[in-house]
Formats: sequence, C-alpha cells, structure tokens
Amino acid sequence: MSYLTIINNQSVSVQDIPELSYSSFAEHNGGLICSNPENHCVNYFGYKVNDRLKLICCIADDILHKIYVSSSLVSLTDNLESLTPRHFSFEKFEREIHENFGVNFEGHPWLKPVRYAFNRADTSKTIANYPFFSIESEELHEVAVGPIHAGIIEPGHFRFICNGEQILHLEIQLGYQHRGIEQLFLKKKGLLQRATLAECITGDTVVGHSVAFAHVWESLSGFRADRETEFARTIALELERIAIHTGDLSALCTDIAYQLGSSVFGRLRTPIINFMQEWGGNRLSKGLIRPEQNQFPFTQQLANRLAEVLDVFEPEFKEMYQHLSHLPSALSRFERTGVVSEADVRAIGTVGIAARMSGVMRDVRASHPYSLYGEIVHKPIVKHHGDVYSRVQIRKEEVLQSIGYLRELLKNVREVNQNAEPLTKQQANMFSISLVEGWRGEICHCAITDESGQLMHYKIKDPSFHNWLALALAVRNNEISDFPICNKSFNLSYAGHDL
Amino acid sequence: MLSLILILIAATFFSGIIIRTKSLASGRKGPGIFQPVSDVIRLFRKGVVYSKTTSFIFRIAPTIYFASIIMAMLTIPFGQNKGIISFDGDFIFFAYVLALGKFFSIIGALDTGSSFEGMGASREALYSMFAEPAFFILMGSLALLSGHTSFYQIFAALHLGSQISYALAILATFVLLMIAMIESSRMPIDDPKTHLELTMIHEVMILDNSGFDLGLILTAGYLKFAIYGALIVNLFIGSIPLQYSVPSFFAIQFLLAVSIGLIESFMARFRMSHNPQFIVALTSVSLLIFFAVLLILEKFI
Repeated sequence: MSYLTIINNQSVSVQDIPELSYSSFAEHNGGLICSNPENHCVNYFGYKVNDRLKLICCIADDILHKIYVSSSLVSLTDNLESLTPRHFSFEKFEREIHENFGVNFEGHPWLKPVRYAFNRADTSKTIANYPFFSIESEELHEVAVGPIHAGIIEPGHFRFICNGEQILHLEIQLGYQHRGIEQLFLKKKGLLQRATLAECITGDTVVGHSVAFAHVWESLSGFRADRETEFARTIALELERIAIHTGDLSALCTDIAYQLGSSVFGRLRTPIINFMQEWGGNRLSKGLIRPEQNQFPFTQQLANRLAEVLDVFEPEFKEMYQHLSHLPSALSRFERTGVVSEADVRAIGTVGIAARMSGVMRDVRASHPYSLYGEIVHKPIVKHHGDVYSRVQIRKEEVLQSIGYLRELLKNVREVNQNAEPLTKQQANMFSISLVEGWRGEICHCAITDESGQLMHYKIKDPSFHNWLALALAVRNNEISDFPICNKSFNLSYAGHDL
Repeated sequence: MLSLILILIAATFFSGIIIRTKSLASGRKGPGIFQPVSDVIRLFRKGVVYSKTTSFIFRIAPTIYFASIIMAMLTIPFGQNKGIISFDGDFIFFAYVLALGKFFSIIGALDTGSSFEGMGASREALYSMFAEPAFFILMGSLALLSGHTSFYQIFAALHLGSQISYALAILATFVLLMIAMIESSRMPIDDPKTHLELTMIHEVMILDNSGFDLGLILTAGYLKFAIYGALIVNLFIGSIPLQYSVPSFFAIQFLLAVSIGLIESFMARFRMSHNPQFIVALTSVSLLIFFAVLLILEKFI
C-alpha cells in the first residue's frame, strides 16, 4: 500500500505510515487529488528527522469519509519536483515547507515567504524585502494598504494594482502576526498551557481550535470523551458559529453603510455571547473546552436558558434578514461582487464558506463527522454564485440551521457522568489528526509524539491558510471601493494564518 | 446680512441633527445637537501637523477652501433681503467660487502623495463635474422664468407670476437637495461614517489634515449644508413677510437634516460605479424644469 487509510480523530503509529520515495510520493498524492474532485489536501508538512526531512501528506476523501496518509523521507538539499503544476492547492504547503526548511521545489511558480517563521531556513528573507508582483505601465497605479489599518483589525499588507478604480491584481502579504504557536506547543509542557495556546490560535475561533486540540490530544492518549463532553462541545461549536456569523452580517452592513442592519445584527450577537458567559464565564468561550474533561457541563438549567435565548433571537434575526434581503441598495452592493468561480475554488482548495459559496460541498461536519455530528446528519448549505451575496446567504442559513440543531440537541440533555475515566499517558511514536469544522471552515490539527510520548511536532492548519488566495482572486476586476465588503464577506484570520 | 446670520445659526445645528437622527434610528441616544460645533472648537485650539512630503499647497488649501465657502455664503439672499454680495450673474460666481475651493481641496489632497487621497480626489472631481450641469440648468431655467440673473432677483420674482412655479420649486428642491448631498459627501453617494479608506470620497481627501486646518474643513462642510438649505428655503419664501419666513427657514432646515438622517439610516450606499449614473440623472430632472419653463413662457411650440 502506498498510503495508510484512517478516519478523523484516529491515532496511528508513525511506523505504520508508508514511507515512499519522493517521486512515488508525489505521483501518488498528485494522483489522489487530480483523480477525484472530492479529495482535497487537508495538511502537508515536514519535520526534521536526523538532518533529513520527513514529509507527511494527508488527503481527505469526502465521499468515503477517509483520510489517506503517506510520507516520504528526503534530504534537505534535494531538488524536489513540485506538485503545484499538477494541482494548485499544494502551492501554499510547498511554500511553507520551503520557507521552514529551505528545500527547493522545482517547477513551483514562485516560492515566496509565507509567514516568516522565527526558525526559517533563510533569515535573509525579511518582511521588508518581500518580492511583490508588479506590472510596469504608465496606465496603472499601485495602492498599498496596511499593515496598519483604519479599523480595529489585525495587521496585514494588501498591494493592489489598479487601472483607475478597477483592481487588476491583489497581493496579500501576511506574517505580521507570527507568534511561533506551533513551537510553543512543544515548549509548553503543561496540558493547561497547551489548551490555552490552542484558544489563542485565532481569537474568533476559540471553540473550533480548542475542540481540534482536545480531539488530537485525547486521540493520542487513547481517551474517549463521553457523550456529555462531546454534547457540550457540539453545542459550543454551533453557538460560536451563530455568534460569529451574526457579527459578520453586522460588519457587512457596516461596510455598505446600512446602519439599521449594522446595529441590529450587532445587537443580536450579544445575547449569544452573553450566554457563553453564563455557561463558561467568558464571552469568547475561553476556558470552556478542555481536553480529557468536561470543565463546564451543559446542564438542564443551561438548556432551558439557551432555549429562551434562541426563542427571542430567531424571530428577530429572521425579521432583520428579511429587511436586508429586500433592500435594493444592499442587494446592488452584494450581488455579483467578488465572484470566485468553482474552478478557482477547487484549484486553490479553499474550505468552509469559501468553498460552499461556489457549489463545492466541503464541510467536515458531513464528510468527516466528529463529536455528535454523526448523529445529527448534517446537510451542508451550498450556494453557486460565489459572490458576496452567496456568502451572506450561507451565513444566514447556517445560523438558522445551527439553531435547528441546537433545538434538537436540547431535547435530550443527559445527566453528567461525574466518574470520568482516569487519564492515560500519551502513546509513543504516534501520529494523530483531527478535523473540525469551525465557523470559518475546516480546521486541521496534526500531532506526532516521540519515543517517550512527548509531543515532537504539532501542525495547525487554519481555514484562512488557503482562503486568503480566494479573496485575492475575488476582487479581480472589481472596483477597489468594493474591496472592504469582499474582505469582510470572507472574514479571514490573520493570526490563524500567521500562527 | 439677515441670510448670513440665519445660515450661520443653521450651520450650528444641521450636522448635529443628522447625527442625532441616525442615532435615534439605530436605537442609540446619540451625542448632543451641538457636538459637531464643540468638536470644531476643540480642533481650532489645536496646532497643525504637516507631513514632510507636502508643499505650501497643502498648507493653504484648507484656508482657501474655507474662504471660498464664506464667499459663496455671502451671495445668498433671504426672501426680500439681498445677500451681502449681489450682482447680475452672481449664481455663476456662486458655483465657481465653490469650484475654486474644491479645486484647492483636490490639489491639496494630491499634494500629500498618498494613493488613497489621490483616489478620493479623482472621485470628488468626477462627481462634482457631473453635478455641475444639473445646477446650471436649474438656475438658468429659473433665470429664464424670472427674467433676472442674480439670486436675489430670481428668488424675489419667482412666485409673482403663477402657482405653477411652486411645482417647479418642488422639483428644484429635489435637485438642490441631491446636489447638497453630493457636494457635502453624504449618502447615498459617500458614507461619511466609514473607516474604510478605499470606499471614501471626501473623508479620504482630508486624512492628512489635522488641528486647525481640519477644523476649517469641517466648519466649511457644516456651512455648505446650511447654504444649500438656504437656497432651498429661498425657492418658497419669496414674498412671505419676515415673521413667517424666519421660522419657516429653520423648520425647512430642520426637516432637511432629519430627512438626510433617515436616508442614511435606512439604505445602503451606492456602488461606486452607479454614482455617475445617479448624478447624471439629476441633470435630466433639471431639464424637466427647463422644459416646463419654456412651456410657461410659450417659447416651446
């Protein structure tokens, strides 16, 4: 076998992952992606093993609910044949491996720096000498935005090449938020420290990333969380989705200067995050999810409170959306703005909303179920136009869908099992992968342990990693004044990308 | 002299009422009506910071812009009372003295060398250019109807002829209100509240201005609104005695401010590429007025 077939949240021994020569590794993974459009690469990374580089590639099959893992051991000085010409979705991963280890990928269009990791191979490459794409012309002008922005958002640099008001090309340069999260995961030994780190990967997906970390950790320890724990996690994930989607709708209304929508959706987000405060003591859900324990059990009392909150929330949300979707001036801003074609979405390998907006059904809740999503039988919401309005509609429908799921879950709140299983030690030489559908899209955490069962490598892939390129493509041929709503309709994370 | 005093008073509360209306419409209490005035007073007490890349143009631009607004303000009459400056053809002077101020604010923005401000300047220039025909066709028609070419005489003579002129005045109100919105960079053309440089028009041009200069530009903006409001009021009060016309001046200014606040609360800004269409459409409304005047004067068929 050229690959090992596993499912989401499964741990396997590193020795069991077939180690191929690089040429057959490339042949095999390129083949897997190109042969079936439902396959996509969820993670592809390298780590050093005795001065050599071990590459691990995980390809997810959304139809068969499987993940195919394969590996290859290469030398750091090798000239490797790039996979990017076969399928563009490998582009970012190869850039990342090149940046971290200096391996050369032949045939890659442009091995630009990704995030300027502190331990990168070539420290002469700095944020100040980033090689921007440029076009020589008297007619065109460049507009540079950031890294410091007018709003209270994270730092990132956007370089537009415009013909008058029209954007011809946008290049997004990130890396300002790099904190070395993956290295910190290895350095900080305490479980609490690591769980807190997972919460800090991106501040708006606290639940998503901490559930992913909890699953990886529990899988490594051979611990199976009981139903009540997974119940609480599922509820937290859906509540986070509702809160952030509603906040995004508010921000989109702000950007088109629709004051009513901006203030009403903004207000509607508050009861949801206030409920998180009632439940776990933090409006941003920090401290709520912990590996191997159910820190804040979801009791019947909380269930009644949540039902009350949702009963008030739902009609008001629907009413406001009704207004928004019938407002000609708003629709004229949303429709046919920032379109990404299905072909582009598949080529880039975007995930989450950025995939479902263009008819690509990519939703981990349905394709690789975790927590209680196996019982829920999730039906992903897919739109086909790929424009801002599709992303708005997906947000609205997912909010209503999540409310439906929560109502269903709340019917059956069980007593919390106080006798949790004793903790087990992490197994040695294991590889574990966890996929979670955060509100933004697919989150992938991978962990590898060494002989003593200590974490040896930790790899995080936030949905923003690929989706940033979708934004750059979306704004092409749009007016530069529509960039803010395109950007907000994706609402990608800088911190999640920069790690 | 009366019009000058009235415009100055109206300018103090006009922006405050817009902001208050928007706050109330979104369920907030909002700042006091005179908050914009206090903001300006605070700015007037501050010093100015100049970027090293700018030249003297950037330093004189705000002052010239402010002066041009004051000059324009002096030409506005009030009913039977002349403006401080009044001569034949003063409405052309009015339009071009405002254009002069705008020209300086545009080259002032270009002087900063910022790509944002360049974009804002080009948008502002384009939109004022489109708005110009609407204003001239409107004023030209009124001049034709009344047989005079100065603001004072046009407005004084407007309602002596027939009742139909009130119908024209209502159309003219619409055109002037829209021109006021375009010139003052309000919705649906521009969003004065946004923080996004890429979508701004007027706000982005004054990003580099600070302290006293910014205070001048803001004051000029408040005055501009009141000036257009005064023009609109003049369309109606021609021969009404002062004890009625002065309260109706404030009532109409107040209504204008509230309606602008409501428009800004309940609709989204236009897509930038739709703005020129919208502005050019104003010219067609002006043309309606023009044809109506030709009909009244029996010069048309």
